[in-house]
Amino acid sequence: MSEGYAQPPTAGLPGNVAIHGPGDPHDGHSHPHHPKLQHHFDDMAQQAEASTLGMWVFLVTEIMFFGGLFMAYLMYRWANPDGFQEASAHLSIWLGGFNTAVLIFSSLTMAMAVRAAQTSAPPKTQVGWLLGTIALGLVFLVVKYFEYAEKFSHNLVPGPNFVWEGQYANAAEIFYSIYFCMTGLHALHMIIGIGIMAVITWMAWRRQFDATYYTPVEVSGLYWHFVDIVWIFLFPLLYLIGRHYGAH
Amino acid sequence: MSSVAHHVAPVRLYLAIFGALLVGTVITVVVAFFDLGALNNVVMLAIACAKALLVVLFFMHVRWSSRLTWVVAASGFFWLLILFVLTMSDYMSRGWVAGTLR
Repeated sequence: MSEGYAQPPTAGLPGNVAIHGPGDPHDGHSHPHHPKLQHHFDDMAQQAEASTLGMWVFLVTEIMFFGGLFMAYLMYRWANPDGFQEASAHLSIWLGGFNTAVLIFSSLTMAMAVRAAQTSAPPKTQVGWLLGTIALGLVFLVVKYFEYAEKFSHNLVPGPNFVWEGQYANAAEIFYSIYFCMTGLHALHMIIGIGIMAVITWMAWRRQFDATYYTPVEVSGLYWHFVDIVWIFLFPLLYLIGRHYGAH
Repeated sequence: MSSVAHHVAPVRLYLAIFGALLVGTVITVVVAFFDLGALNNVVMLAIACAKALLVVLFFMHVRWSSRLTWVVAASGFFWLLILFVLTMSDYMSRGWVAGTLR
């Protein structure tokens, strides 16, 4: 290890050796320096690549974070298949389906917001797509609020006041524990996502993004789409498994 | 490499993905009303995986990202599979051998 320290810090790393300045061959642009380029990157493309990769590493940890809850769902559903179907039949398929469509739509507006920045669209266009994404996120949370309120008023919240009229009270309570954990964690991610989008909207309004630099929109978009993907799995697994069963 | 990072997808492609995601959702809901036995879960999860794949590949730009991003993204889902398979192989095989279930 000590030999490594004895070498010049850049030796052996030809791809990363870059001392920026006017006319630097590593700088892919005609102008000497993009104001957003950090000194430890060769060029804007490498910087964007590093940010995207870093965001994906974070999203992998998020996959495992939600993965533990999906594992709990899988195990308890395997142990209580009929109880889970009976419990699932009490969720509103229409509210859940509506929210699924809302989130898919918000993913489209998010992708369009990134595209607007990529194509150097005027700040008003970028802000418009971002505000649309925030608005759809809020619609999702409002629907979720009414769903939760309905569960509280019908004593379907696990705990001492949990009341189940069906055949599988124990399994139903486990199902609703998992339901509140998973949708609650998802809703928390939505709230954080809306907060991030508010900052991104402000930056877009301040003309921070154009075709040469749009990394913040891109990586926060990755986060937004990830939260959408989690819901794509939550909706069928929580809302739809008891549909044919609940028709009795 | 640098041109890859700046790929701009056409609006029509985004609209097509959006449409496919909505159609997938409608099919999932309709199928849920029919009792297909174990097939219910297969269809539901197959559609959910297809929808997730569309979002990852196009909305999240992995289709145009570097190979390294591709590997990192795939590794997350691969590790999730390990979590599910190893845990369930434990739970499902308990009691298979007499005297091992406590």
